[in-house]
Amino acid sequence: MEADYAALKKGGFMRQVQKNRFSLRLKVVGGNLTAEQIETVARVSRAFGKGYVHLTSRQGVEIPFIRLEDVNAVQEALRAGGVDTGVCGPRVRTVTACQGASVCPSGCIETSELAAEISARYYGRTLPHKFKFGVTGCQNNCLKAEENDVGVKGAYIVRWCKEDCSLCGVCLKACREGALSAADGEIVIDTARCNNCGRCVKSCPTDAWRGESAYLLSFGGMFGNKIARGRSVLPAFRDKDTLFRVTDAALNFFDAHANDGERFRVAVERGGWDSFEHAVQEAYNGKA
Amino acid sequence: MEKHKAEFSIAATEDITDAVCPLTFVRAKAALEELEAGDVLALRMNDGEPVQNVPRSVKEEGHKILKLTDNADGTYTLFVRKTGE
Ligand code: SF4
Ligand code: SF4
Ligand code: SF4
Repeated sequence: MEADYAALKKGGFMRQVQKNRFSLRLKVVGGNLTAEQIETVARVSRAFGKGYVHLTSRQGVEIPFIRLEDVNAVQEALRAGGVDTGVCGPRVRTVTACQGASVCPSGCIETSELAAEISARYYGRTLPHKFKFGVTGCQNNCLKAEENDVGVKGAYIVRWCKEDCSLCGVCLKACREGALSAADGEIVIDTARCNNCGRCVKSCPTDAWRGESAYLLSFGGMFGNKIARGRSVLPAFRDKDTLFRVTDAALNFFDAHANDGERFRVAVERGGWDSFEHAVQEAYNGKA
Repeated sequence: MEKHKAEFSIAATEDITDAVCPLTFVRAKAALEELEAGDVLALRMNDGEPVQNVPRSVKEEGHKILKLTDNADGTYTLFVRKTGE
């Protein structure tokens, strides 16, 4: 049997050091697996692997030591138990996420649904090189948004309501950016310093701070052979349609301007941040 | 901002300036547990990480924060009214 390694790799089978053994990458979205999926994975790893899994650095799960002749049987067993195989190679990879506002008290946005939506829209899409999305719920950045090609970070756009404020002083200290001060019975915000972390909202005992969930995007992060931090080119914005217009534009830019085998960051730098920012800005303004 | 002295009477004080996270919050919680619902605790804490985070943790426990005052000596006092279970 002649193995089609490219097809296997595309289907998530990663060639091992050991001949004809593969570490099978599974599809995980936003770092969540159901109990049923975990049971399926456990069964498959016992039956076809060595009874263990490897957790990757990006919330992925791999079942090592799958034999070439078992590839089809493994795929079937997984599918029947509600588990999809992953992808590798030059395409959109696992969409990672922290638990976000549905679970974490610090969260400014819901992350699991959003990761699922991003994954449904882009997962496995072929591009000039691998492409990673990560979603983190707030400025604490547990999911490390800026190491992804596109990072999504939850934020609050905040507003102070005088009538509800007891001038207790808590928010002045809760804000780590030094954006807040008190003067003449008012709390004054220096918007140039505000990073939309939402700590004022979360700490205010009278809910005098109102926070609207928003997205902060970063572009061009990578954390492998070369390391670069994703850059922010847009202000925090509220709506999900805009988010997807912008991410569509970013991926299309990558597709149109990159040489084969070139990471997103490298393509943007070669083409110039100006032209990339222009493309993103047009999408942001609703023109794409 | 000192009129709180007339607004409520303080049932207990706790000084957590000698504690570090997460013991700051543990000590605050323990001090609140000693009190009756409606009592006010004066909680003295250090500037920096404690004053950035302890008020919020106390709020998330469901207690009523009344005021945070700057003692002008690198410490702050948080006045908290205990709420019932
Ligand atoms: S990034 Fe924020 S929302 Fe996400 S787990 Fe960390 S603290 Fe919670
Ligand atoms: S959102 Fe964060 S940075 Fe902005 S004012 Fe509130 S606490 Fe400060
Ligand atoms: S924390 Fe809330 S009530 Fe206290 S000063 Fe700030 S806005 Fe006013």
